[in-house]
Amino acid sequence: MCSEVLAVAYSPFLSWAMLMKQKTTQKDVCYTMRCHKERWGGRLFFFATVMPVALVLIIFVALLLRTRPILEAKSISELLLGQVWLPFQGEFGFFPFIMGTLWVTAVALILAVPLCLLSAIYLSEYSRPSTVALMKPVLDLLAGIPSVVYGVWGMLAVVPAVQKFIAPLLGKWLGSISLFSSDNPTGFSILSGGIVLAVMVAPVIISVAYEVMRTVPFGMREASLAVGATQWQTIRYVVMPQAMPGIVAAVVLGLSRAMGETMAVLMVVGNVANKLPRSIFDPAYPLPALIANNYGEMMSIPLYDAALMGAALVLMLVVVIFNVISALILRQILRRSGQ
Amino acid sequence: MEAHIRVNNLNVNYTSEHQALKGINVTIPKHQITVIIGPSGCGKTTLLKSLDRLLDLTDGVSISGEVLLDGVNIYAPDIDVTAVRKKAGLLPQRPFPLPMSIYDNVAYGMRIHNMRKGKDLDRAVQHYLELAGLWDEVKDRLHGPAVRLSVGQQQRLCLARGLAVEPEIILGDEPTSALDPLSAQHIEKRLLELKQDYTVVLVTHILRQAKRLADYVIFMYLGEVVECGPAHEVFENPRQERTRAYLQGLF
Amino acid sequence: MKKRLNRQTLEEAIFKGLAGGAFLIMAAALFFILVTVLVKGLPALNWQMLTQVPTAGYYVGKEGGILNAILGSLYLAAGGTLLALLLSLPIALYLEVYARGTRWANMVRLSMDVLWGIPSIVYGAFGFTLMLALGMRASLLGGIITLALVELPIMTRAMDEVIRLIPFELKEVSYALGSTRLETAMKVVFRQMLPGIVTAMLLAFGRGIGDAASVLFTAGYTDRVPTSLLRPVASLPLAVFFQLGTPYPEVQQRAYAAALILTLIIMFVSLGSRWIAGRLSQNVIK
Ligand SMILES: Nc1ncnc2c1ncn2[C@@H]1O[C@H](COP(=O)(O)OP(=O)(O)OP(=O)(O)O)[C@@H](O)[C@H]1O
Ligand SMILES: [Mg+2]
Repeated sequence: MCSEVLAVAYSPFLSWAMLMKQKTTQKDVCYTMRCHKERWGGRLFFFATVMPVALVLIIFVALLLRTRPILEAKSISELLLGQVWLPFQGEFGFFPFIMGTLWVTAVALILAVPLCLLSAIYLSEYSRPSTVALMKPVLDLLAGIPSVVYGVWGMLAVVPAVQKFIAPLLGKWLGSISLFSSDNPTGFSILSGGIVLAVMVAPVIISVAYEVMRTVPFGMREASLAVGATQWQTIRYVVMPQAMPGIVAAVVLGLSRAMGETMAVLMVVGNVANKLPRSIFDPAYPLPALIANNYGEMMSIPLYDAALMGAALVLMLVVVIFNVISALILRQILRRSGQ
Repeated sequence: MEAHIRVNNLNVNYTSEHQALKGINVTIPKHQITVIIGPSGCGKTTLLKSLDRLLDLTDGVSISGEVLLDGVNIYAPDIDVTAVRKKAGLLPQRPFPLPMSIYDNVAYGMRIHNMRKGKDLDRAVQHYLELAGLWDEVKDRLHGPAVRLSVGQQQRLCLARGLAVEPEIILGDEPTSALDPLSAQHIEKRLLELKQDYTVVLVTHILRQAKRLADYVIFMYLGEVVECGPAHEVFENPRQERTRAYLQGLF
Repeated sequence: MKKRLNRQTLEEAIFKGLAGGAFLIMAAALFFILVTVLVKGLPALNWQMLTQVPTAGYYVGKEGGILNAILGSLYLAAGGTLLALLLSLPIALYLEVYARGTRWANMVRLSMDVLWGIPSIVYGAFGFTLMLALGMRASLLGGIITLALVELPIMTRAMDEVIRLIPFELKEVSYALGSTRLETAMKVVFRQMLPGIVTAMLLAFGRGIGDAASVLFTAGYTDRVPTSLLRPVASLPLAVFFQLGTPYPEVQQRAYAAALILTLIIMFVSLGSRWIAGRLSQNVIK
């Protein structure tokens, strides 16, 4: 893993070296048109593959360069832990935004993970094949539906529900716990963002977890059932342990999608700056929303653009790390079971 | 001959068009080895799994008729399926060790049914591994993963796992077909020993294996039982033309 | 062997109930979304909505439709998809035919994973940076380039998955006939993966047309139908986003209509890719 990350960092050199190697190893001379075509075709294709490797680096460097002015003006801890965000006065504290992202993501996962895993278990172990046949295209479709559409649903259905029912009720029962106390009358809150995100990542988590559970061989279930285990015991002791790495990967995949999601959250989460969230009914201002809401004026205030690009950089690093881990795990599992 | 399992007019459909078993009537004697033979696709596996209610796991299957185990119809509506399955150990074509250690594989069923605990469990695990002829090979790595065993060892592990829930019946679906000759011999020897205490039902493609092991033979063809009876009668004087043809290798 | 109520059966019943309940909740929530979009969008949809641009400004004008956004989105997503195809096809072919199993192939795949994970808002920020450096304004071209970046990893990964399923023997046969690697790639592998290419394109198109965060910076928004690569262009996701935030119900109607059209497009893409995959795979050797 580590060596591969390093390899990406050094990719331009490597690709150049590879090219040199290609040139020197193909010593035999080309006489025919076919041979020339083959050689140039190969080189052309190779250059295409340099592109993604280089792109990773270029995006990183470009964002870093654009962030540099603010890195020179402020220390990293001041930026990451600062709590005040007043661009006009040159105050750029990212802490509330980072916390906003974490809160919304955490609420989304707490809601989504148990429901999605149980749903995947239901689809894979209990339901009739016709249910799966019906749900598969629906899940595919929903995984493809743009996030603004989820945002529309959030604004029309989730925000009013939180405002009118969930916040007053939970506030009444559990209001003494600060996590559930509510002084935000609007419904645009972390909980709304979390619910929308949970529903949005659900199709992905459910279908990946389902696929992973299906890779557990039927004979293994049969072996467990044949000694008189119940279906739940078989799921608990045989299917789940076997599928666990894949399930974790599915969850991490959902998590990284939730963290980077912009539009759906932006539309329902309230976007109030300079306020550390304390309760799930507080509004929050996650990083992607910050970038999306302020790109218009960022060129007109000194260091503002550098700060927003820094936000993009932080977001990118966090999400990419989660994502690569889950992709590596998943690829290995699906490959292993395919053979 | 004392009957252990009695199958009455059993019909199995996987799809609405295709009937895999057509009106099966057979009796399986207690504490003997019954061997099911027949050409590929004739329904041997289907019949075997119907004795353990493992067919229920197949989507869209429909089953009618009775299977009486000691006189109790296991397809009656008020039957607890897990109790039925506990009464029979399964040896599949390819061994499937569960994703856990060797020890846990054998202990799995006993834990599920709360049969033993602590030292008692350790002793039981050893006993069943010995019964399956695997103890000496694995006693030093009981807590290593079961998938590291060779396929032949895995199959004996499956045998131990099946025996550990104290079944009365052992069902084998070509249990030696994935094994090397030596491992196969191992399993055969075990089965011959085990028939003192267990009723064994075995599907096999190998006629010589059938002749070596069988006390009782069921010959199937296209979802029907063509002939069944004591081994020496069926092998030496088959009553049906199709049985004779099959035994002479004409299929 | 009779059924009894014991811990095991109780546990089985509880967890089966929980799993079924969770599934029902999730399924209901997911269907609820489709229903919400339909109920809000259908009344808003009419001929004028589909064929006119908004009059007097998209944010306040109460007349007109969303033709600007429909056309803009189609141009953006189609352009992005074609551009991404141009890059991802040679990448996928190279990985399979030329660099099968090499370390370079692994590294390209890893960087594809990295690109796949980058949130689209970051692509937007990057595209914006790039355009600043090149002195470009928000435009159709900028949007297409950014969307191509967003779609590239999706498309390559989808193609890579198909291309890996091609049996090695097939290529062996081609080499045995004396074909070069290029000929094998273009004539044998390419034909085998044609259904995969089409579904990958549709998948990427669907992703591209729904992506708001990346075009927000790079394509801008306008009331006019797109005429030039260098002018700003409207898009459906932004049509939803901007017009839903207004206080005027008439303007919000346009947002609902845009959301419905977006959903319908995704539905067609999703069904279409299933259908095409089924049709085209008839010639493919399994
Ligand atoms: N899950 C299933 N779905 C549909 N049809 C099935 C299924 N399992 C078996 N069949 C069909 O039922 C018939 C009997 O199958 P079965 O597996 O019992 O045969 P078999 O005698 O065990 O064959 P073999 O010796 O090859 O293992 C076959 O025609 C088979 O195609
Ligand atoms: Mg069989």
